[in-house]
Amino acid sequence: MTPLITNPRFLRVAAPLLIGVLLLLVWQMLCTVLEVPAYLVPTPWLIAKTLVGDWGLLSDALLVTLKITFLAFALSVLLGVAIAFLFVQSRFIEVSLFPYAIILQVTPIVAIAPLIIIWVKEPTFALVICATIMALFPIISNTTLGLRSVNPGLLNLFKLNKASRWQTLRRLRIPSALPYFFGGLRISSGLALIGAVVAEFVAGTGGTGSGLAYQILQAGFQLNIPRLFAALFLITMTGIVLFLAMMVLSRMALAGWHESEQG
Amino acid sequence: MKRDNQHLPPLAAWQHKDIGSAVATGAADAVLSAQRVEKTYRNGTRALDEVKLDIQRGEFVSLLGPSGCGKSTLLKMFAGLEEPSHGHIRWWGKNLATVGAEGHTLAMVFQEATLMPWASVEQNVRLPLELNRMPRTESNLRVRDALQLVGLEKFQHAYPRELSGGMQMRASIARALATRPNLLLMDEPFGALDEFTRNKLDADLRRIWSQQDLTVVFVTHSIYEAVYLSSRVVVMAARPGRVIADVPIEAPGAGGMRDDAFRITPEFMGYCKILSDYLTLANQEGGVHDTVDH
Repeated sequence: MTPLITNPRFLRVAAPLLIGVLLLLVWQMLCTVLEVPAYLVPTPWLIAKTLVGDWGLLSDALLVTLKITFLAFALSVLLGVAIAFLFVQSRFIEVSLFPYAIILQVTPIVAIAPLIIIWVKEPTFALVICATIMALFPIISNTTLGLRSVNPGLLNLFKLNKASRWQTLRRLRIPSALPYFFGGLRISSGLALIGAVVAEFVAGTGGTGSGLAYQILQAGFQLNIPRLFAALFLITMTGIVLFLAMMVLSRMALAGWHESEQG
Repeated sequence: MKRDNQHLPPLAAWQHKDIGSAVATGAADAVLSAQRVEKTYRNGTRALDEVKLDIQRGEFVSLLGPSGCGKSTLLKMFAGLEEPSHGHIRWWGKNLATVGAEGHTLAMVFQEATLMPWASVEQNVRLPLELNRMPRTESNLRVRDALQLVGLEKFQHAYPRELSGGMQMRASIARALATRPNLLLMDEPFGALDEFTRNKLDADLRRIWSQQDLTVVFVTHSIYEAVYLSSRVVVMAARPGRVIADVPIEAPGAGGMRDDAFRITPEFMGYCKILSDYLTLANQEGGVHDTVDH
């Protein structure tokens, strides 16, 4: 019986999992056979044990990072959409403000994070600002592009029926922009996490000192490499879960009609 | 400059009107009237040169011409989507802005179906009614009628991507018909369809037109389609875009149904020949206009 093997949906999940398991086995074997010390490369098994053993510490850190990531992500979605709506109101507004959005995007967050951390007293808020700056741009640019990417024929149809600005926005521009917006969400969710971690690194011990990045720093100082890997694993998992969540969201919203979510 | 129609060959066997003759029937009560309409683009291209055209209530007028003759531009002006550079257009003798207030409506069908991909057929057809804030009970009735007219009543819940090209076009026509328009503007609506589907839609369109109080302006570059559908064909030439002939199609079933048999009658062929000669003329640029054989 082979139908499960040939089923593309099953394959899409099973194949990467199989590769993952194989790699972990090879890793475990190499470390054991070559007797690599745990302070250089810990075995997957040791990392898993550390993850369970240090769960109290790590889960607290995870919650802090998650909080910053979600706050920054939510803030960048709200701000990004608002700015995109502002941009499509007139070419003049877009032309005068878009360069500043680009400046925001191209300035490395590591370079301005120290400033923000100095300026903003409340540490969580400072970290959220850093992560928001990181995650904001894809939402602005994608949503703006989407709101402008309207079928000209449909736009004529709305004009012909004397549709108001609001009707055109609600019935035509917003639905047309959705696929672009969700593309932006996907990029932005990952960036919010990266922004949160980077900001925590910069804040270092000067911050509240309890996020995952702080745990990685501390573990590095103490040569507690298994804990470092465990924290790293949690960050990666958070990123993957975020990405998958955005995929599900996009699928739920677009499955009925958009080409990108067919099949 | 002399107008080209003065060089036209005598077409004794077929009565045809010269341009401007329609004015005799009265521009005042015309559904649509173009008065010396010109369009020059900013780069200096003359898209249309002094077009005079009156379209009466109940006519099915095709604008026939090679690409670049400005027939689509003229139709966009008829829809109010473009402004003429010179001259003006009147709808029921009025400006477009005041037309709606008097209960006259116009609708347009585009080259592509231009349906909203996120909405079902039924929602697409309802759109113009909702934009005009029509009460739900009334719009339900109209949507049902329109879908029935184009034969899509079984597909009201389907999404555009689930439909064939021909069916998408039917939905697009239903959307236009749902507004119960007095004037229907169609811009090469069946150009992208295969011939069989196209003939079928032509026949259905002709039936719908004959059953309703509907004036149609139909842009096409197909001679056969123009003759089959129209009560009158306006032939246009390119560079600059202008009207060179205005041919009434006074053939069997002129006021009503035309079946497929019409396509193989001598009358049909005769009209095709006339229009083809005019188009040949239209495609000759500059000089020699007076050697057209019959």
